[in-house]
Amino acid sequence: MNTWTIFKRELTSYFTQPTAYAIVVIFGFLSTLLAFTIGNFWQIDDASLYGSFFPYHSLLMMILVPAVSMRQWSDEHSSGTIELLGTWPINIRSAILGKYFASAVVWALALLLTCPIVFAVNWLGDPDNWTIFSGYLGSFLVCCTFIAITTLVSAFTRDQVVALIVSVAICCVLTIVGLEQVINEVRRTGPDAKHAVDVMTQLGVFSHLREASMGLIRFTSLFYFLGLITTCLIGTNLVLKSQRS
Amino acid sequence: MIEVTGLTKRFGSKVAVDDLSFSVKKGEVLGFLGPNGAGKSTTMRMVTGFLPVTSGEITICDLSVITNPEAAKKKIGYLPESAPLYNDMTVQGFLKFCASMRSLGGAARQTAVDHAIETCFLENVARQSIGTLSKGYRHRTCLAQALLHDPEVLVLDEPTDGLDPNQKLEVRKLIKNLGKEKAILFSTHILEEVTAACTRAVIVDQGTIVADGTPEKLAAEGGGSLYDLFHKVTTSETNAA
Repeated sequence: MNTWTIFKRELTSYFTQPTAYAIVVIFGFLSTLLAFTIGNFWQIDDASLYGSFFPYHSLLMMILVPAVSMRQWSDEHSSGTIELLGTWPINIRSAILGKYFASAVVWALALLLTCPIVFAVNWLGDPDNWTIFSGYLGSFLVCCTFIAITTLVSAFTRDQVVALIVSVAICCVLTIVGLEQVINEVRRTGPDAKHAVDVMTQLGVFSHLREASMGLIRFTSLFYFLGLITTCLIGTNLVLKSQRS
Repeated sequence: MIEVTGLTKRFGSKVAVDDLSFSVKKGEVLGFLGPNGAGKSTTMRMVTGFLPVTSGEITICDLSVITNPEAAKKKIGYLPESAPLYNDMTVQGFLKFCASMRSLGGAARQTAVDHAIETCFLENVARQSIGTLSKGYRHRTCLAQALLHDPEVLVLDEPTDGLDPNQKLEVRKLIKNLGKEKAILFSTHILEEVTAACTRAVIVDQGTIVADGTPEKLAAEGGGSLYDLFHKVTTSETNAA
């Protein structure tokens, strides 16, 4: 019940300020622009969107997701409203979940509004729409992971800029560490790098997103995303509790 | 209604509140006086369940804030020192949100919001965004959220801070009226408020109670003036340094 009340307040807050509108428009514009430029949408000649569209989502999200969610807890600290939340007869977990789900809904909307490209590939060719759906699901899981990371970081500080910088840095590492170009560079260092390559592939979001955009969502990928999300949200709960003691 | 026994709070090696004990009964308004850094706000934050205690016991209407915080918090209305609010909401929207967080719904929620708006004289700004309010209105909006659920216990941290003289007078009257039916703990720097609104007062210094009694008794102890007693029993910042 309290989770729902906080979820509604947070979601309304996103849409009474320009934040949500800006993110939806910027993400929609940039993801499409990247697909048609460096994604080589026309040259690839593939309607599945596997190579041209989904790989660039994580690159955009690693910056845009922290920009939306950085205020989640840092704003509560700086305005002092954390004191109201802490003295109401609620469990702080419900506030964490309410805020988290509100951010997730904003991003679900941002992803949903990139649908013109799906209509376009269906008009131009005959793609497997389940594969495209799987790609969207992978993108959404990346989003949710980055939101959870930003939630945790924002619980540490009352300064939104610090929350943004640290969250972007963590999300960048998780994205870049799994990029094919980076993996190939490490692989070139010699046969001893095999173990490092395996770790980097599993640690980064990129390989999981690539598999999802091919229509393959493995149990390990789900475990990776849900594990990171759960860990960050539990961590947020612990941080918020420890700050009061 | 409020029972505090042996309350201690340490932040690392610093002792903010040291073995503090007091009680507030129904129909009593207890003024919590003390210089800056005396431990007033820390005590109030522990009484409301926001800060965990290092040791000691706090009960609100016989419910322990330490072992049964959610039930105890239902009995408390709290106005924090800085009157924090969500600036992106309207006054009415904020109060409705707070009422929902207090498990009030439907007609009961609307009645509670309307009553709080009327009690705190917020009719003129009910539909205004909180971000555009003056300090006085912000304070009264935060006071309104503390009254929404008609709590048995009110904890008010400097409730008249930032109000103009007329508003201060109104809030003091309001506290005095509410105090007939509730137990009120309120902190202030303004010594006149103690005689105007309190039935009893304690003076806190460096985390301990250094004076306790009715405003008249305390004034008598100070040789006829509460100011003199306050000056005598508390440590000024220059002395502390």
